[in-house]
Amino acid sequence: MIQALNRALHDAMAADGSVVVFGEDVGPLGGVFRVTDGLTATFGENRCFDTPLAESGIVGMAVGMAMNGLRPVVEMQFDAFAFPAFEQIVSHVAKLANRTRGRVRLPMVIRVPYGGGIGGVEHHSDSSEAYYAHTPGLLVVTPATNTDAYGLLRAAIEHPDPVVFLEPKRQYFTREELDPEPAVPPIGRAVVRRDGRDATLIAYGPSVPVALAAAEQAATEGRDLGVVDLRSIVPFDDETVTAAVRRTGRAVVVAEAPGFASVASEIAARVSERCFHHLEAPVRRVTGFDVPYPPPRLEQHHLPGVDRILDAVDDLQWEIA
Amino acid sequence: MSSGEVAQMMRLIDETGAVVGDGATLPAPEALLDGYRRLVLARRLNEQAEALVRQGRLAVYPSSHGQEACQVAAAAVLAETDWLFPTYRDVAAIAARGVDPVDVLVMLRGDWHCGYDPLATRVAPQATPLATQLPHAVGVGHAARLKGEDTVVMALCGDGATSEGDFHEALNFAAVFASPVVFLVQNNKYAISVPLSRQSAAESLAAKGVGYGVPGVRVDGNDLAALTVVLSEAVARARRGEGPTLVEADTYRIHAHTNADDPSRYRADDEVEKWRPRDPLLRLRAHLTTTGALTSRLEAEFAAAAEEMAAHVRAGMGGESVLDPAELFAHVYSTPTPQLREQAALLAAELNEVRS
Repeated sequence: MIQALNRALHDAMAADGSVVVFGEDVGPLGGVFRVTDGLTATFGENRCFDTPLAESGIVGMAVGMAMNGLRPVVEMQFDAFAFPAFEQIVSHVAKLANRTRGRVRLPMVIRVPYGGGIGGVEHHSDSSEAYYAHTPGLLVVTPATNTDAYGLLRAAIEHPDPVVFLEPKRQYFTREELDPEPAVPPIGRAVVRRDGRDATLIAYGPSVPVALAAAEQAATEGRDLGVVDLRSIVPFDDETVTAAVRRTGRAVVVAEAPGFASVASEIAARVSERCFHHLEAPVRRVTGFDVPYPPPRLEQHHLPGVDRILDAVDDLQWEIA
Repeated sequence: MSSGEVAQMMRLIDETGAVVGDGATLPAPEALLDGYRRLVLARRLNEQAEALVRQGRLAVYPSSHGQEACQVAAAAVLAETDWLFPTYRDVAAIAARGVDPVDVLVMLRGDWHCGYDPLATRVAPQATPLATQLPHAVGVGHAARLKGEDTVVMALCGDGATSEGDFHEALNFAAVFASPVVFLVQNNKYAISVPLSRQSAAESLAAKGVGYGVPGVRVDGNDLAALTVVLSEAVARARRGEGPTLVEADTYRIHAHTNADDPSRYRADDEVEKWRPRDPLLRLRAHLTTTGALTSRLEAEFAAAAEEMAAHVRAGMGGESVLDPAELFAHVYSTPTPQLREQAALLAAELNEVRS
């Protein structure tokens, strides 16, 4: 996925001279994950540059640069390192267009490598999507495939509104051949990754491959599970999700963030409200526990895995149906 | 100018209106006269807005009474293509920049969060979370520099805001990128109720620039002449590409934090009384009267223009503004999400039921 993101940044900067990339270590080093590799060399240090180590300053400066006609793409080095910028994101990035009655739009992207499963020490594995999704004015997207990583990042950079772009670092090192001209999907559309008759798994970002693996396993046990990949948390694609759940009558939401007051909870509530008469069982959530992100040697117990997903599927009141 | 030390406070006209020193750097008499005219307008705007609060026409007003020299100078030294980043207390500065005060007061009337067009006026929305606008100012300046434009950004904040992290991050970023930003701290001695001594143990607030390699300058914040000279030089320096300057203006908030505040709980009346003779209008009027530049005819002209402006503000704030509830959903995104369209329909249906 790193190569797909890197190519998206290269292509976006080549296509539009107002796109600028900055953050911590994103210059000559190319970022700690190398997502910005080669950008400074190709486009010069006015287009891709290192900043002092201060996330609020980075996001705040991006706000001003977007006000003055540029399209900043900033990197927060890790999920939990973005929290010093929280006030800038919530009070300014999200609100400036609304405050000014649409006169000042902020076409900017905040890239956040997020989520666990990489054996990171504390503060390197948070799933922070609920904070952003709860904040009106932000678009929140997260790719699950390399093709979508490319396409969604291009779409995010071209979008007139600010986008929080969550990169599942668990998938940074997955390799997948990209088309010569990968598709650029619209932000706000989910995609059905796998059709199924019996139940629908709803997932996003790092949980999509886990849900697909669970569906594979279920198939060997005689259950046909569909998988919906949200791609975009905000705007939320009620249409695709609702249609998929109505076909199967059963749904499990999979996400690795703590479940309480989470995106998974929101999805479960929306599906219950919209599909109630089609449901054969309550919507289940399979999420991380409501604990601070665990140390590396315990994280496998926290992250939703295939077994936990299939246990939830088993609980969907099949005997009544 | 060395960035390693802060020079003595700059003052050109003292409290009696007398010129300090040889007067070599004093702005031209016409400039001072025009500055005085602007001070009269700014004072009148403060008074009118406070009256509107008492009449229930404004929800709240943080007055800059006593700080009008800072308000006027901050706007007057800018070119049309420059930017101003104001706080909630800087209504008079925005008006001095040429924005219709009726549009500025839209926020404090409670109609919308910002009533003017920031891009057309080159005035950012008023910031209420302290110091958060300062990194934006750096970004506007840095973007201008990348685009090859000679724009300068005037960023305002108060003494309390110098304790906020964003103040420090903005100074540091501006210094590292040599951004064309002038940081003007209006040190009015109080952050609501907390006095400067509880805000900072630094020798001065201008001294805070030293650690970032930003020159710090102290200026008498009630001396329009000194402010004009100091801020003009800082703007010129930024325009030459030599980077940011931190200017600390020594002034005083004569009135309460807002109409909702009770300053008797945290400061003594005699402290306020000591500052009244240092009023920026009294001082400049005394000077201009002594030199003969300010005649009684001009004084009457300025007062009449101020009354005209106040009448315009009263008229603009007088009627009941018509607000459209559908606007709640209109600007959140460039295109409303499906969820916002549903919610807009829900509210519209509720309003139809109420009407029918």
